[in-house]
Amino acid sequence: MSHWIIVPVILPAILGGLMVMALRHDLVLQRVFALACGGTLWAVASALLWAATTGAPEVYHLGNWPAPFGIVLMLDRLSALMVWITATLALILQLYAIGTGWDRKGRHFHALWQFQLMGICGAFLTADAFNLFVFFEVLLIASYGLMIHGGGAERVRAGVQYIAFNLVGSALFLFALATIYSVTGTLNMADLAVKMQTLPEGSSALMRVAAVLLFLVFAIKGALVPLQFWLPGTYANAPGVVAALFAVMTKVGAYAVLRFGTLVFPQSLAATGSMVADLLLPAALVTLILGALGVLGATSLPRLVAFAAIASMGTLFTSMAAFTPASSAATLYYLLHSTFATALMFVVADMIGARRAQARLSEVSPPLAQAGLIAALYFAGAVALAGMPPLSGFLGKLLVLQAQRGAANLVWPVILITSLILILGFVRAGSMIFWKAHEGGAKAGDHAPEALAFVSAFLLLAVLVSLTVLAGPVTVWAEATAAYLHDPAAYIAANQLYEAP
Amino acid sequence: MEALIAASLGLLTTAGIYLMLRQRTFPLILGLTFLSYAVNVFIFAVGRLAVDLPPIVDKAAPGYTDPLPQALVLTAIVISFGMTAVIVIMALGAYLSAGNDRTDSADGTGMAGRANPGMNSEAHSGAHSGASSAASSAASSAAGDDRT
Repeated sequence: MSHWIIVPVILPAILGGLMVMALRHDLVLQRVFALACGGTLWAVASALLWAATTGAPEVYHLGNWPAPFGIVLMLDRLSALMVWITATLALILQLYAIGTGWDRKGRHFHALWQFQLMGICGAFLTADAFNLFVFFEVLLIASYGLMIHGGGAERVRAGVQYIAFNLVGSALFLFALATIYSVTGTLNMADLAVKMQTLPEGSSALMRVAAVLLFLVFAIKGALVPLQFWLPGTYANAPGVVAALFAVMTKVGAYAVLRFGTLVFPQSLAATGSMVADLLLPAALVTLILGALGVLGATSLPRLVAFAAIASMGTLFTSMAAFTPASSAATLYYLLHSTFATALMFVVADMIGARRAQARLSEVSPPLAQAGLIAALYFAGAVALAGMPPLSGFLGKLLVLQAQRGAANLVWPVILITSLILILGFVRAGSMIFWKAHEGGAKAGDHAPEALAFVSAFLLLAVLVSLTVLAGPVTVWAEATAAYLHDPAAYIAANQLYEAP
Repeated sequence: MEALIAASLGLLTTAGIYLMLRQRTFPLILGLTFLSYAVNVFIFAVGRLAVDLPPIVDKAAPGYTDPLPQALVLTAIVISFGMTAVIVIMALGAYLSAGNDRTDSADGTGMAGRANPGMNSEAHSGAHSGASSAASSAASSAAGDDRT
């Protein structure tokens, strides 16, 4: 049994505590430790990804209790991928936070960042539904602190809305878990998958209620219509670098839907059947349309990117809703792309926000400092997020469309038309920011170059480019992962469930 | 006993949802607290209701009650307690910096730190000078009362 599985949870937890206790007044040491931890976490996550790819799924018994009684962590291809995405994104964004000085604008930025990573990695690794709830709360409570980092009346007010929304979500999560427990008597995910198959006839109605409650919670996390109201206000008001990290937080919702939809509530299950998919698809399509319209109508750039994030979650869930191996493979590729593309756009929006005199898009403002580089980044980010060639967004949408070929439904027209609307929205905002700026003949603004921030943004772009160049191997990997996900026997066997002698 | 528990759960949830739908932070927090009470009792009840049965091994016991929901409810109580503390502090911060305790945001641009056109001018200047005087916050609370 490899102890490395728990490192992505333990390492940030220890370092976050250390930062609060010992390093609270020394920003330079905090930065050094944060980067060292980020680098280590990335190396461990890469090694775990390699181990999960080459080997069978691996279980980690906490306290060495056998599976349904003790809490277990599971390392398989999906969770290793999600942890790797988190570690990569967090390391790149730490450079941005240091480069722009976001971590100076309030206390405990790096400590909260570590706790955020602990919660996200834990949520991806755990194989126990109640433990998933606990890690959700860990990542949420860290995100509350990060979201209001820097302060300001409007940001704090948006923070209160965000907390309230998520507290309701937590209550729903507990209702769902308690209902599941009352029917099955277990909360271990592999054990649940086994017990679901032999559910007594009379319990299936209760289980359907529990499933709907559970997916409602994941829909809140994934910003699925009609539960997306928290996202635009939160992401637009959060510090840019935090909003970029939150790009992986919506993916926690997507991950949970994919995990529970294939493992615990598969299509073949008698009690729920295709209920999950039937509910998910219309909601995802409406999410996509609403996100695209929001991009067209947004009044400020952070809001525009927030709606683009909603649209990309819509595409992700649309692809996921089919729950076939092909569609799940496309979902995984699009998930990789969408995380980094959304983060890149939030970073660019933050750069523009720091340099532009007017927050509103409709008002003309003098040219930006370093306008050339920022315009190039904006262009690349918009191309990626709208799904135009040559970047990975195009390939991702192509895979999504290909996986849904032949299905007589609205997926093709909605994805294609919303892509056009997204392009229009990005073009409108880009021309207002970069081209209209020269009309007044005003001098360019003055702003420090912040080389590290540009390094970080170009690293995000480099991930997208390598995702495009390596699309072949990544797709093959995603197909193997999807095949594994749709045959949960390997996952269940790896849990080594205790059987009464 | 089942009917009593079920009825009180329903009552708590109803009160919680009603209060959460108010537009001020204080009823909102009360509503969230009621909802978390309802959840806690619900978790406790899913281990099936039993009287005078121990949750841990005891040779003289006639039977056992499920110990796991009791462990789960402890975790849930601690977490909801912590979360309530966070939202109380945040609500206080929002009240002190904006001068009113409305939960809805009137600013459509979504830009942090920008002037809020929905606020009246007194609260507005109070927020900008950094010290929201009692008079301006009282005035804005009164305005908020009129609207709700």
